[in-house]
Amino acid sequence: MDNAENLIALLVAAPLLGAAVLLVGGRRLDRTGHWIGTALAAVSFVVAVVLFADMLGRPGDDRTLYQHLFSWIPVGGFQADIAFQLDQLSMTFVLLITGVGSLIHLYSVGYMEHDERRRRFFGYLNLFLAAMLLLVLADNYLLLYVGWEGVGLASYLLIGFWQHKPSAATAAKKAFLVNRVGDMGLSIAIMLMFTTFGTFAFGPVLGATGETSEGTLTALGLLLLLAACGKSAQVPLQSWLGDAMEGPTPVSALIHAATMVTAGVYLITRSGAIFNAAPDAQLAVVTVGAVTLLFGAIVGCAKDDIKKALAGSTMSQIGYMILAAGLGPIGYAFAIMHLVTHGFFKAGLFLGAGSVMHGMNDEVDMRKYGGLRKYMPITFVTFGLGYLAIIGFPGLSGFFSKDKIIEAAFAKGGTEGWILGGAALLGAAITAFYMTRVMLMTFFGEKRWQPDDKGELPHPHESPRTMTIPMIVLAFGSVFAGGLFSWHESFVKWLEPVTSFEHGHSPLSAATVTTATVAVMVLGVALAYLQYGRRPVPVTPPRGSLLTRAARRDLLQDDFNHVVLVRGGEHLTRSLVYVDHSLVDGVVNGTAASFGGLSGRLRKLQNGYARTYAVTMFGGTAVLIAATLLMRAV
Amino acid sequence: MNPVNYLYLAALLFTIGAAGVLIRRNAIVVFMCIELMLNACNLALVAFSRMHGNLDGQIIAFFTMVVAAAEVVVGLAIIVSLFRSRHSASVDDASLMKL
Amino acid sequence: MSFPLLTATAALPALGAIATAAVPAGRRTAAKWLALLVSLGTLVLAAVIAVRFEPGGDRYQLTESHAWIADFGVRYELGVDGIAVALIALTAVLIPVIILAGWHDADPLETDSQRWRPTQGFFALILSVEAMVILSFEATDVFLFYILFEAMLIPMYFLIGGFGDRAAPARQGAAATGGGEENAAAQRSYAAVKFLLYNLAGGLIMLAAVIGLYVVAGNFSLTEIAEARANGTLEMATNTERLLFLGFFFAFAVKAPLWPLHTWLPNAMGESTAPVAVLITAVVDKVGTFAMLRFCLGLFPEASEWATPVILALALISIVYGALLAVGQRDIKRLIAYASISHFGFIIMGIFAMTTQGQAGATLYMVNHGISTAALMLVAGFLISRRGSRLIADYGGVQKVAPILAGTFLIGGLATLSLPGLAPFVSEFLVLVGTFARYPVVGVIATLGIVLAALYTLVLYQRTMTGPVKEEVRTLPDLRLRELVVVTPLIALLIFLGVYPKPLTDIVNPAVEHTMSDVQKKDPQPEVEAAK
Repeated sequence: MDNAENLIALLVAAPLLGAAVLLVGGRRLDRTGHWIGTALAAVSFVVAVVLFADMLGRPGDDRTLYQHLFSWIPVGGFQADIAFQLDQLSMTFVLLITGVGSLIHLYSVGYMEHDERRRRFFGYLNLFLAAMLLLVLADNYLLLYVGWEGVGLASYLLIGFWQHKPSAATAAKKAFLVNRVGDMGLSIAIMLMFTTFGTFAFGPVLGATGETSEGTLTALGLLLLLAACGKSAQVPLQSWLGDAMEGPTPVSALIHAATMVTAGVYLITRSGAIFNAAPDAQLAVVTVGAVTLLFGAIVGCAKDDIKKALAGSTMSQIGYMILAAGLGPIGYAFAIMHLVTHGFFKAGLFLGAGSVMHGMNDEVDMRKYGGLRKYMPITFVTFGLGYLAIIGFPGLSGFFSKDKIIEAAFAKGGTEGWILGGAALLGAAITAFYMTRVMLMTFFGEKRWQPDDKGELPHPHESPRTMTIPMIVLAFGSVFAGGLFSWHESFVKWLEPVTSFEHGHSPLSAATVTTATVAVMVLGVALAYLQYGRRPVPVTPPRGSLLTRAARRDLLQDDFNHVVLVRGGEHLTRSLVYVDHSLVDGVVNGTAASFGGLSGRLRKLQNGYARTYAVTMFGGTAVLIAATLLMRAV
Repeated sequence: MNPVNYLYLAALLFTIGAAGVLIRRNAIVVFMCIELMLNACNLALVAFSRMHGNLDGQIIAFFTMVVAAAEVVVGLAIIVSLFRSRHSASVDDASLMKL
Repeated sequence: MSFPLLTATAALPALGAIATAAVPAGRRTAAKWLALLVSLGTLVLAAVIAVRFEPGGDRYQLTESHAWIADFGVRYELGVDGIAVALIALTAVLIPVIILAGWHDADPLETDSQRWRPTQGFFALILSVEAMVILSFEATDVFLFYILFEAMLIPMYFLIGGFGDRAAPARQGAAATGGGEENAAAQRSYAAVKFLLYNLAGGLIMLAAVIGLYVVAGNFSLTEIAEARANGTLEMATNTERLLFLGFFFAFAVKAPLWPLHTWLPNAMGESTAPVAVLITAVVDKVGTFAMLRFCLGLFPEASEWATPVILALALISIVYGALLAVGQRDIKRLIAYASISHFGFIIMGIFAMTTQGQAGATLYMVNHGISTAALMLVAGFLISRRGSRLIADYGGVQKVAPILAGTFLIGGLATLSLPGLAPFVSEFLVLVGTFARYPVVGVIATLGIVLAALYTLVLYQRTMTGPVKEEVRTLPDLRLRELVVVTPLIALLIFLGVYPKPLTDIVNPAVEHTMSDVQKKDPQPEVEAAK
């Protein structure tokens, strides 16, 4: 097909149009709005498939398409363009975003059926799709930044969608603020690129990394890592993701599991050339990844809220991706591969959780579930397949992608390699543990259902077809995607022209790593079974060990933030308000008051007697004359 | 005659006027003393005009006379109305020029 | 002789002001329509200026020059460069919006219809401010500029002191002293006097500097002096130049306002009605930053460079300090005022970063800040007029009752926090990049401002618009047609200039090049190219 590049803008334009129409259109679109939104998401997906087919038709090194729309900010040497670049990496993301996005639109039609603001919800979802596509399609960092903040806005609006709940509004604000801290890193990185390279377009910047010092590249790498930490909820900017579960479940599935939170991985992979030349920055990246993958997994073990348990899991899985991305060319492709398979199974798990909540009067506490497999067979099967995929059951998606990452971690070499590989293996064991816990508490065991606020016991039922179809499709992806990608290393070969690829040389053989991975997985499952399958689950959570209690509070991250940032900030602003009022303004008002006092005293000289005035006048004149004469004389 | 003598005369008249303004209490007398000072100035101006050989001083003297005439009208009116209300023409009896 | 377009653009609102003031007392509505039509006519003239202006042409275009006070070399000299064109356009766009937003602000109070509220005067004063602001953007004679700079204070004084916020008494005031209306009036007159005194003090020091400039240069013509400075025929002793620079800068820094000369702004903006607050911060204050760019840099390039470190430090303090204080405010309008102080810090930082990006960014920032603050402040004004309180704590859950109001408020807020895609992002990023290129540390610290901006904006939105619906808020009506007409063009501009700012940058860029050559500065070379 000729001129395929002209289609790229359409990818972004369709959902953007949807957002505009739905948000400006007003109430008259209430009845059809959700279908408009879904249709435009689907249009984007169809365009993506067409472009994908076109891309496959061309040789591997000639697959990148460019589309230059117009010059955006031209000021002196600073030339920012609205221009797109579609290569294999972007294409992978575009397919994931539009594909999963369309499915979740469809799911939301059913899930949000009884919400009077459903039209607005679809408007926000479309806005998110447009921003996310802009993020992955931009051909320069500044335009990427637009998409980056755009998804932040969409995430803000969607987390706070039920904003009459103070908790939702607070969570939304928190997500935006924490993200802004990360965004600061990205914007400073762009400035540094501009002063170093004179541009911030991908091509020139990434092509010229050899011409600048390693110090600059390390700084760039760390700044980009900061940005990635904010968006992808990595330590130390991870605290917002758990609270973000206040949003409707489709949002959690699309934004806070499958797509937006993986933007950090995209950023690091895209900037691979910078990281490859800055080993210190890479070390920081793998450290962040390893810490987060354990952090998230531990938090996931302790949460009773099904969505927060899954959120911890998301954090942990993205930790794997970041870790892989930090390994350099031996890891980029696997990071993206895990990202895609994770997109399938985690979105599926979240949609399953949403389906469970839908049937259980919006109850989220897993301790009040139990025995649901008979009542929700489709949900059970699809959730179960997602579960098997995430714990890395041999043959399913997660097995292929996670195994490769663990292997690559060992291949990092030296002590680092052993530490990272060990952390990744430990993470795999904990993953198996907490996911089995979720599975057992939700679908197995006896019923622990509790009456809701109105005193009614829930009547669990299978969800409508608009909700089950997306779950089934995603379950297929969870099962087969990994195998398909690993078939003759097709995925690695597909990405190689963009991210480059090297085979890592692991001190352990591939078979050893795989065996170890499966072994720790079985161990995790067995432990969870002993704890939650053999014994009844108490409805009220037991007190738990110190670690459990800390993990329930997200390992005290919020307490830390509260004490250091919130309290400290409040004190700072309050004292500044005081300073402004009494000191800065006080000086001025004080000056005014002292002038007032002085004039009050001077006023007493004016006694109203004409002759006093005359004396003053003559005296003054006399002094003046005397002064003049004196000056003359001198 | 040496025009400087006119200046001496003007200075003398001005001093007499000034002393009168400061010393006397009767408003009419104070007023007359002010007129004396104005006219002393006029004299000096005319003398200067003569000394410098141009008409500037004389012109200003005319201005002064016009202003003085206007001043007399307003000033006498004020004195008369003050006298009517207070039955006194002493300048120390009125301190109305303050807030 | 060609048509005096620049004079006409200023004369139309001036004549309109007189005509509006002359409308008989009973014909209130006629006066409003007259004022609106005049401001729209001015908008048309401003558009003509923008079209007739050739970005590639002379530095000052559409010039007019007439003798005025010949003995002192004062001339009536007008001319516009790209920066002036952009700001004239901003003024001409905002005034109709302000008039429409303040449509009922000067109506007689229903409770005591006997009391005289000079509706005509309100609109006449706004138009007269417009005339003076536009003419001050056009003036290329220092003395003419000075007169306008000072004369502006008179109508502004009456607008602040005479037409206070009808939402007052704010609860805090009433609770503190127990006096309702009277207390509000006292607060208002305090604010107006404070505004006047601050600006007069600045103006007086500037007057001394203007006289000093005349003594040194022998005339007041900006173009002639700058030319003489450039080709070396006019030498200034270093100290003289620095003193004169400080005299000018002080006045502009008060008007801008720069920390620590800022405290008049929160009072003035808090006590006046929302449209007047917009007039202060979006229109009148811009004269200060504009004058820094045109007069400080153009007339005293070396002194500007000498003062740069201190000014950058003050600008940086303004940015962070203003934002932190905004976080601590309980009053919606004062919060926006402190946010503006933070934004003015960005503008001044951009000007004195002495890079193309910084100065072009600062110019765009002036325009974009005008639009975004107008959007946020006017919607806040609509909200306040409905509920009769300026306190953030008196609101909650407005989103549920008035979704359009909340939506527009959110867009205004997002513009204030410089969300990419909206106009302020373009300018803020340019300022930051421009500053970072020359002073990396300053640029990095200033970036903190974007986090703090998100904090105060979102806290404001969260406390007023989200959460459970408060009882007093339950019956608030959503935006009316007139209010929608006010907000829509602002939002459209925010989006348009955010996505496609090229028309504006095309006009501004050449002017910035000229300013850069005034101060004899070149952008720092990118490291990679410099290495080659």
